[in-house]
Amino acid sequence: MYSEKVMDHFMNPRNMGEIPDADGVGTVGNPACGDIMQLYIKVEGNVIKDVKFKTFGCGAAIATSSMVTELVKGKTLEEAEKISNKTVAEALDGLPPIKMHCSNLAADALHAAIEDYRKKRASKA
Amino acid sequence: MKRIYLDHNATTPVHPEVFEAMVPYLKDEWGNPSSIHWAAREPKKAIDSAREKVAALLGCEANEIVFTSCGSESNNFAIKGVADALRGKGNHIITTSVEHPSVLNTCKFMEREGWEVTFLPVDPYGMIDLDQLRDSITDKTILVSIMFANNETGTIFPVEEIGKITREKGVLFHCDAVQAVGKVPIDVKRLNIDLLSLSGHKLYAPKGVGALYVRRGVRITPLIHGGHQERNRRAGTENVAGIVALGKACEIAMRDMDEEVAHITRLRDKLEKGIMERIEHVKLNGHPTKRLPTTLNVSFMYIEGESILLNLDMKGVAASSGSACTSGSLEPSHVLMAMGVPPEIAHGSVRFSLGRDNTDEDIDYVLEILPPIVERLRSMSPLYAKVKG
Repeated sequence: MYSEKVMDHFMNPRNMGEIPDADGVGTVGNPACGDIMQLYIKVEGNVIKDVKFKTFGCGAAIATSSMVTELVKGKTLEEAEKISNKTVAEALDGLPPIKMHCSNLAADALHAAIEDYRKKRASKA
Repeated sequence: MKRIYLDHNATTPVHPEVFEAMVPYLKDEWGNPSSIHWAAREPKKAIDSAREKVAALLGCEANEIVFTSCGSESNNFAIKGVADALRGKGNHIITTSVEHPSVLNTCKFMEREGWEVTFLPVDPYGMIDLDQLRDSITDKTILVSIMFANNETGTIFPVEEIGKITREKGVLFHCDAVQAVGKVPIDVKRLNIDLLSLSGHKLYAPKGVGALYVRRGVRITPLIHGGHQERNRRAGTENVAGIVALGKACEIAMRDMDEEVAHITRLRDKLEKGIMERIEHVKLNGHPTKRLPTTLNVSFMYIEGESILLNLDMKGVAASSGSACTSGSLEPSHVLMAMGVPPEIAHGSVRFSLGRDNTDEDIDYVLEILPPIVERLRSMSPLYAKVKG
């Protein structure tokens, strides 16, 4: 039911883990619906230098988390903000229809992490 | 790659003896049993003989068995058929909140048709309260439909007590025994069961055949109208090969049940003990002792069921889960929810259901591959990170 790309990212997730001194952290989902994604970013200048994730969830949740970290590494914040859940799903050669709205939250986690970063910076300034 | 099947509550492989028994009715004895000529004679005899075998397993008369196409049809037939036949007598049906969808959704349909339905709650083990059942029966109640054993957790209901209550109160008792037939001895007369559903493919017969026991004297309206087959209770030319297969499967169940149950129970207990010893933060779902010998349902906390199943499948192990992600809906298992299991723990549930062909090597293999799978998924989980601190 999953594409080969989804299975590859699920079985060999990229950038899995935490960044202890992250500049921004985004958390989306909740345990009740079976998916929680946590995304950590390290920003230098305007560029996402490092990104890591931790995810509780199904195959699609883990694969989309992994994929979004690949898509975003080295991108500027503005470029990263343009990445949508749809972009992530397409990069994985699609997701089963039922997964499109329940387990495809990785871009939301990314946007939350960027927002967190901007807030932290604003409060420092 | 190894192929280890631990999903027997979903379906079972066809028993080689069952396969052998049904082949002649797909090949040479293809006649319509309702005809009067030579082509009908052998198929007709075969159906009669199968009916006796099913009846023997349940402890009833052959003419109390109606063949159907599956367990879902049997459940629909029992509930809709009795409700229609007794519509002048009352308008109330009692069932539980943990039934199979073919009972649950039939009861919800009956509600939309104007019937009143009581869905009894269950305790954390998935058990109903018998006093609550007794108190729920009113003079409007015509039917109590409660399963023999739960398909997800294996919890076995107090069927004998339910039968006593319904008989004493004068209401009919339908029992969905799809998961229990062939695994637990069932005597419908002793248990005061009025209607009982069973399904071929949970019992090492093929898909496409089931049966409903209808106690003599119970009024029931057919679901499928048409010809006079099944003594006017279920129209449609008989699935002769399927019926023969179901008869054979029941005969084998009677012959082999004790030995198979001992074998399966030993393996299931070994799997359960092995998992509990090797993996931390595992919760048993279902009753610790009043449980089908085939079934082990456990939640691996902090991780999600589908991702466990995908990993198991990559290693050749077939199981199932009560996670929303495997149900095709957004909700986790209605059974685990009714038992009060928190959603994040329900999402992490895995059901292993064993069968006659499983071996010690199968269980050893699962116990070898499962801990690293759980550990790897936990290493990815933000929920586990919190626990580990």
